[in-house]
Amino acid sequence: MIANAALAEVTAQRRDSIAYTVQQDCGSCHGLTFAGGLGPDLQAERLQSIPDDYLIQVIKHGIPGTPMPPWQRFFNDEEIQWIVTQLKRGSL
Amino acid sequence: MDRDTTEARFPMMRLPMKQALFTVLALLISACAQQPPVMGSGDLGVVIERASGSLQIINTSDHSSLARVTGLGDLSHASVVYSRDARFAYVFGRDGGLTKVDLLKQRIDQRIIQAGNSIGGAISQDGSMIAVSNYEPGGIKVFAADSLQLIADIPALTSTGHYSKTVGLVDAPGNRFVFSLYEGDAIWVLDMSTPANPQLQKFNGVGKGPYDGLITPDGRFYIAGLFGEDGMAMLDLWHPQQGVQRILDGYGKGSEKLPVYKMPHLEGWAISGQQAFFPAIGRHQVLKMNMADWQLGQRITAHGQPVFVMSQPDHRRIWVNFAFPDNDTLQVIDVETARVIHQLTPGKGVLHMEFTPRGEQIWISVRDENRVDIYDTRTLQRIATLPAQAPSGIFFTHRAHQTGL
Ligand code: HEC
Repeated sequence: MIANAALAEVTAQRRDSIAYTVQQDCGSCHGLTFAGGLGPDLQAERLQSIPDDYLIQVIKHGIPGTPMPPWQRFFNDEEIQWIVTQLKRGSL
Repeated sequence: MDRDTTEARFPMMRLPMKQALFTVLALLISACAQQPPVMGSGDLGVVIERASGSLQIINTSDHSSLARVTGLGDLSHASVVYSRDARFAYVFGRDGGLTKVDLLKQRIDQRIIQAGNSIGGAISQDGSMIAVSNYEPGGIKVFAADSLQLIADIPALTSTGHYSKTVGLVDAPGNRFVFSLYEGDAIWVLDMSTPANPQLQKFNGVGKGPYDGLITPDGRFYIAGLFGEDGMAMLDLWHPQQGVQRILDGYGKGSEKLPVYKMPHLEGWAISGQQAFFPAIGRHQVLKMNMADWQLGQRITAHGQPVFVMSQPDHRRIWVNFAFPDNDTLQVIDVETARVIHQLTPGKGVLHMEFTPRGEQIWISVRDENRVDIYDTRTLQRIATLPAQAPSGIFFTHRAHQTGL
């Protein structure tokens, strides 16, 4: 439900730009195909068992003491929910 | 030149027929068709097109693209070393692919998938071995440079029994390779001078989270950047018995560490006389260090978090690019005054730069603009531009003859 609402709220143009940023700039640590790099594998298959809430918190606030940075400066809550949904669908 | 044309034209053809066709084509080409012109390779290089798994072979004398070679797999974070005859480029892909590309025949010579996830490599001092640094499974593999046959497999098993990602792999004199263990907090020296009997020397507890490393151009000092510490780890390879020393301890004191949106690269540390310039991690600064006593000399305020800090071959100026979200900009620092003297905005996604061997040009990849820009380093004016698909790394053949590159 939340995911669908979020989808509607993130405009198509903004979606393209977020998708590009996620692929390129998350990709620099997690791999362009999200197969993993310095940061772990973020492919749909592995993410299925990880709760949305956790993923959202991690993306929003980062993981202190590790290279995973916080992204709330660049994406709002709806957008982060959208990223998580798309990652879990394997459609980014 | 697109190497995929046969594939595209006959997608339905089954393998044996396709192979037969390739053989016939190959015979035809070698028998009669155009012999490639005789040429050297000293002014050649490659531009990685990371999103499409391809590279372009380019010529720096006439600013031309000679060919596109496809089928190189996942090239995020790809890097390249050259054979000592500067004919073959060894391309290290993210997907564990190791591809040997023939610059003169403009095609793939050999390709293997040697691991699940890798992060770069090095070539031995004598040119006979290629070492690859792997994240998954964590460790180093060494291959024969000519055949890509496995020579040694060195798992990065830490003292706690876990595999660690390996980073900062470089070659060192004496057919040695040096690298760091990201989770293992260690620096290992792999001596391959007797290939059948690899020797490993381990330095543990060097500091938390080594994320990259470099070797000075003379092959003497190996320095690892530490993500989890305010300092760097240094090993003097002339006197390894002295162990790893902490240098620049507390270099960030007095300024808050910001989140890091792209890990800085230490390769090609700008060393200019007795001074070294390098990226401050998590800070909008380029740092200057005195190599004589390893003390911090100066902090140079920069436009963003530096990724590559590279010295012109004449060591007079330093060029710096930046992490997301400041990756549309380049700054030029004058070495004598340690001041930013020029700022350029080539476009979004300035990922890498490479100087021609004697430094009259710098080539810059501008990912989001699908362009490689060529600047005159004296006038700081753009003199040419080449189209490329989401270009990332640029690597010229003179790397063949430089320790650590
Ligand atoms: C500078 C490198 C870097 C960048 C850029 C980066 N990450 Fe990470 N990320 C990491 C590292 C390293 C970890 C693992 C941290 C740890 O637990 O040690 C991580 C962990 C994560 C996790 C937790 C995975 C798990 O299984 O626990 C998620 C989710 C994640 N990142 C998503 C993202 C997204 C989405 C982006 C882009 C918006 C991004 N990351 C950008 C380095 C990065």
